[in-house]
Amino acid sequence: MTATGPVVRREIVVDASPEVAFDAFTRRFGDFKPPEHNLMASPIARTEFEPRIGGHIVDVAVDGSECRWARILAYEPPTRVVFSWDISPQWSIETDPASTSEVEVRFVSEDDHQTRLELEHHNLDRHGPG
Amino acid sequence: MNANRDAARWDAFADPTRRQIVARLVERPQAVGELASQLPVSRSAVSQHLRVLKDAGLVSERAEGTRRIYGVNPAALEALRDQIDTYWRRALEGYADLFASDNNAKESS
Repeated sequence: MTATGPVVRREIVVDASPEVAFDAFTRRFGDFKPPEHNLMASPIARTEFEPRIGGHIVDVAVDGSECRWARILAYEPPTRVVFSWDISPQWSIETDPASTSEVEVRFVSEDDHQTRLELEHHNLDRHGPG
Repeated sequence: MNANRDAARWDAFADPTRRQIVARLVERPQAVGELASQLPVSRSAVSQHLRVLKDAGLVSERAEGTRRIYGVNPAALEALRDQIDTYWRRALEGYADLFASDNNAKESS
């Protein structure tokens, strides 16, 4: 184990422009997010990333039920997107915004062909120790 | 790094019944029988889930008379951080795969 601090940072470089990288992250979020942590009883049919401030990330189940587990707090293509993480440590929906954390994703142009995605999930301590 | 424990925690939380058990134990420490009475699963099933949670380091037990009382490990926040770190590692691996397997994602617009 390394740090136990309230921040998770990850980055990755992809062979694409910031525009393409941003577009893939937001429009195809459901194609790459880990499928195990479905908060609904029914399997997820698709995930929608609503491309505007005030929108949500919504899991839609095969039975039609919906789970809005993130609020879009900043939407600045092609450089930055911020959303809330409205999921409690027990993997259920957190309804108190003061107890939610935030995910900030930046798209930084490395050169003509590559973009570095920098992801920071911060304020994890807001979820409390349980 | 302790990849095994991260994986164990990830799997432990991936089960909805175990998430319910952890949620109950966050409210207050309790015994197997109390947990089973609140959940739609048998006492032996609860015991099995508790064993998985214990092996993952999420839950600990103590003796109280003849009973064993289970509670959430104080390192719950660390566990959450591990969960989220694993979540984003897997998500970004999948994200990178979009570009590796789909060259149409190149400068199309």
